[in-house]
Amino acid sequence: MSTRLATLGRLIDRTQRRKFLFNGKAMQGYEGDTLASALLANDQMLMGRSFKYHRPRGVVASGAEEPNALMNLGTGDRFEPNARATTTPLFEGLCARSQNHWPSLEYDIGWMNNLLSKFLPAGFYYKMFIHPRPLWKHVYEPFIRQSAGLGQAPTRKDPDLYEHMHAHCDLLIVGGGVAGLMAAKTAQAAGLDVILCEQAEHWGGRAVVDGPKIDGQAAEDWVGATLQELESASNVTVLPRTMGAGIYDHGFALLYERLTDHLGPVETPRHRLWKVRAGHILTATGAIERPLSFAGNDIPGVMLAAAVRDYAVNYGVSCGDRTVVVTNNDDAYRTAIALKEAGLNVPAIIDARPQAEGPLPDMARGLDIEILTGKAIAKVKGGARVKSVAICDQAGEGTVLEEIACDAVAMSGGWSPVVHLWSHCGGKLTWDEAAAAFRPDSTCPPLGADGTGFVSVAGAADGMQSTSEVLANAEQKVLALVEKISGSAPKTSLPAVQEPGQEPLSPVWLMPQGAKPALRAKSWLDYQNDVKVSDVQLAAQEGFESVEHTKRYTTLGMATDQGKLSNINGLATLSNALGSSIPDVGTTTFRPPYTPISMGAIAGEAKNALFQPIRKTPMHAWHEEQNAYFEPVGQWRRPYCYPRGSESHDDAVHREVTNTRANLGLLDASTLGKILVKGPDAGKFLDMIYTNMMSTLKEGRCRYGLMCSENGFLSDDGVVARVGEDEWLCHTTSGGADRIHAHMEEWLQTEWWDWKVYVVNLTEQYGQIAVVGPNARKVLEDLGGMDVSKEALPFMGWSDGTLAGIPLRIYRISFSGELSYEIAVPAGQARALWDKLLEAGAKYDVMAYGTEALHIMRAEKGFIMIGDETDGTVIPQDLGLHWAISKKKEDFIGKRAQERSHMTDPERWQLVGLETLDSSVLPDGAYAVAEGKNENGQRNTQGRVTSTYMSPTLGKGIAMGLIKHGPDRMDEVIDFPMLDGTVKKAKIVSPVFFDPDGEKQNV
Amino acid sequence: MSERHFEGSTNVTEHAAKGMITLRGDLESAVLQKAVRSALEVTCPERGQYTQNGAFSMAWMSPDEALILTPHAEADAALAKLAKALDGSHHLLANVSDARAFFQLEGPQVLNVLAKLTPVDLRANHFKTGQVRRTHVSQVAAAFWMSETDTIDLICFRSVADYMWDLLSNAAR
Repeated sequence: MSTRLATLGRLIDRTQRRKFLFNGKAMQGYEGDTLASALLANDQMLMGRSFKYHRPRGVVASGAEEPNALMNLGTGDRFEPNARATTTPLFEGLCARSQNHWPSLEYDIGWMNNLLSKFLPAGFYYKMFIHPRPLWKHVYEPFIRQSAGLGQAPTRKDPDLYEHMHAHCDLLIVGGGVAGLMAAKTAQAAGLDVILCEQAEHWGGRAVVDGPKIDGQAAEDWVGATLQELESASNVTVLPRTMGAGIYDHGFALLYERLTDHLGPVETPRHRLWKVRAGHILTATGAIERPLSFAGNDIPGVMLAAAVRDYAVNYGVSCGDRTVVVTNNDDAYRTAIALKEAGLNVPAIIDARPQAEGPLPDMARGLDIEILTGKAIAKVKGGARVKSVAICDQAGEGTVLEEIACDAVAMSGGWSPVVHLWSHCGGKLTWDEAAAAFRPDSTCPPLGADGTGFVSVAGAADGMQSTSEVLANAEQKVLALVEKISGSAPKTSLPAVQEPGQEPLSPVWLMPQGAKPALRAKSWLDYQNDVKVSDVQLAAQEGFESVEHTKRYTTLGMATDQGKLSNINGLATLSNALGSSIPDVGTTTFRPPYTPISMGAIAGEAKNALFQPIRKTPMHAWHEEQNAYFEPVGQWRRPYCYPRGSESHDDAVHREVTNTRANLGLLDASTLGKILVKGPDAGKFLDMIYTNMMSTLKEGRCRYGLMCSENGFLSDDGVVARVGEDEWLCHTTSGGADRIHAHMEEWLQTEWWDWKVYVVNLTEQYGQIAVVGPNARKVLEDLGGMDVSKEALPFMGWSDGTLAGIPLRIYRISFSGELSYEIAVPAGQARALWDKLLEAGAKYDVMAYGTEALHIMRAEKGFIMIGDETDGTVIPQDLGLHWAISKKKEDFIGKRAQERSHMTDPERWQLVGLETLDSSVLPDGAYAVAEGKNENGQRNTQGRVTSTYMSPTLGKGIAMGLIKHGPDRMDEVIDFPMLDGTVKKAKIVSPVFFDPDGEKQNV
Repeated sequence: MSERHFEGSTNVTEHAAKGMITLRGDLESAVLQKAVRSALEVTCPERGQYTQNGAFSMAWMSPDEALILTPHAEADAALAKLAKALDGSHHLLANVSDARAFFQLEGPQVLNVLAKLTPVDLRANHFKTGQVRRTHVSQVAAAFWMSETDTIDLICFRSVADYMWDLLSNAAR
């Protein structure tokens, strides 16, 4: 059984008890425990079930690489799935539940899959569920969905706070083991700005557990002293509980800081996402121990050797009374020695190498631990817990020589450098034959803007084995960087290290090397996704030669742990099966984040009111007071309509249109883009930007204009006013202001850089109010201050003046077909003018109207709307706007494109009005059908609806649409099939439904 | 825009609109520099800088754009003076006082508050009093400068003033 030891436990505080719940059962641990160590101390080795076969699984590791011990953490709105017990700090009241089982962890129905495992090999889904086709949708998929997935998805809103933090430094060091600390110490002395982060709560990595002497002191003391030195230095930022999540181009890195996960729910931010721009990045991310592939290596109680050591030394937890160590290297002997010294029983060390010589094996022998060289585990016996191991020769096929009773197995297949961060941004790897591991290829680093590497690697992550190598390597990497930056490196002194030497490992990819199929089918590579040696071999046999294909076919390394334990063993198995070398097979791609990070950290403060900015006009508060129904227009919120009492939106829109046509309407048009263009070449510039002529516009006058892209497509429209001798104000659509401003700047900066033109976006300087309807002139006259008569301010003119004492400019333009004045007023005074217009307009039955009434009135007049009649494939000629395209101008943006054969093709669909025969409203986007079918067997089409409304003015449905040969087919009736199988018949008419001669607007 | 004030680890104040003028022109030309000096008695700022003299100040926005800050009521008069001084040289002047919202953040933690929201390098040797940065603050465009130690002046577009207020007071808790 696993239990708490009376001694050891450097990270726990035995005076501080912590109560917690696991699957509803009350348990107790200590301050400093992880959830995993606390569970083990309560003899809870079984921590979950595997994904596919629902096999019982115990904890394997002690850190971020853990594949099995995944928990549903917390309850209610703080529920979170897939938390690794090994990196979850214990706090009072923590509540955890194991995953992927029903009805309980101990008795699980899904375990049936395990009995069927023979019939569920690699690629089973692909082979089994492909026929018959209909069964996929109705039977297979619902079944697979129900049984797939580990943790449950949270259903409630996350109440916790999160934030981002931007930081800049000369050197970012990821990893707070002795390599990271040595590097930081060296960089600090050289005067670099340093950020040093460590994913765990504690510093020192493996050295503090494995116990070398550094600079004459215990590793733990050296780490403590170095950390203190760094924390007090002004040029170093030290971040514990902060994981290097990803490295991106230009020295950008994401760090994930878990601020309060060790405290439980609190009111301060829980996670912080650091966005670091570093001059250089040093990854000192250490190495991960590899499992060995032998039959039954997934039975709870089989763990990584270093993890067994960690639980004993760090948490005072024994993983078993009798632990068999199985290894191909010297490092695992440390586990045997540590356990023996803690008073536990180590029946044997099974070493796959033919001989075990050197200081560590000698120390083990000195402690009377039996060492069986050249041996292997044939299989582990046990169900929910290890009972014994059967021993065989490593060289053979698995004939059992003896059986050793034990309740834990500590395995070590060697160490793989953590190369993830190095690889995120393109760093290449090289195969280290001696260590049997991939390590960073320092000649192919991720390249920065200057063509040199911006990431380097130090310590065990760089393939270093001993502490003395690790420290020397870390120092040298930083000195090389300092020399690159400043041209000279400072003098430093490398601390002396006392540690036992180690003999080389012997690569072992399968145990025993000739294991028969029955054993291979129980030798796990990927614990979480249930991928075994036999699955990878089958994939190779079936022709999956590429490692990326094998990965997807078998799901090797695709679980939440992203193959941290299984990767190299899987590659080696594949390369053996293919008969090629491991470096030839290569690795799969390493992608950020290193381990999953919270969605909250990614969102940062962007939730609730801060989810996204909402742009508000000067009249926004008034709209809210009227309970306006808003619609988004870009990031603006514009009133769609102003429903009164229980009025429906349709009724409100109807009322607003009718009242504006009959009396007086007010529209908040402040969102309209307003771009000032000025300079001696401004006229020439606008003649290029617009399809029509703007240079000839007279001061005091306005002209409607169209803008196209280089490809000829209609991009934006609006009214241009000439406001000075070399000064024009261009109105754009509400959504187009920023885009058109950027479009103008781009042409000025990149193409016509020698033209004397300046542009400034004045959209927000002015509130804009459209005063519309037969009574529009009267209300302005009542306010008083300027002459708004037909003579003084004719249609398409503008004039500066004051109304009710407020300085403003009035444009006599109309988007509704009514008598209309658009008033631009400094934004700070817009609300005051709005209020005065409402007050003075009361006797003329004034009403505000929203965007839907605006749309209906423009459609009644046949005015196009960018985004309705245009969709990026429509040219002005399609819309009958030839009159707005200058024939005299030599050039304008889009002219050449519009002359291409496809653009002048008479077969292009063209704008017309549409009237249903039964006066109903056509659905938006409906297609008009033509005779026959196309080559795909679909009905041919001859046009589509672009805008469609119920017209309150005309009392019937009106629409605009693009129809083949449309303008030549007036009064023809065409068919629009509906989704319900019926057909609407509509007559082709002029798009101008109301007041075609413009008598109403021109009064 | 009305004044509002938040007290937290850092204090945030939204002030009534300032007078602001956008000047576009070649900031390195002697004509422009002289015009600015004679009309407003302000020195034209160097790249990334902010200059001040009494009620008038000037912030560098780009090689051909500067923002001139004045008391709100004086913006039109200042603009007219500048226009006269610049007459005959290619330039653009526009009163943008009402297009902007103006905030002040103040307290010893002010740079840490700002660092939550903006990618600008705020390390002491990279961002000093008298420097201006045109950047984004969380999801919106903004510009800011350190008017004195521990005090940041910040402007953004008027339409997102409420968002900026929520953002700053949230970060300054």
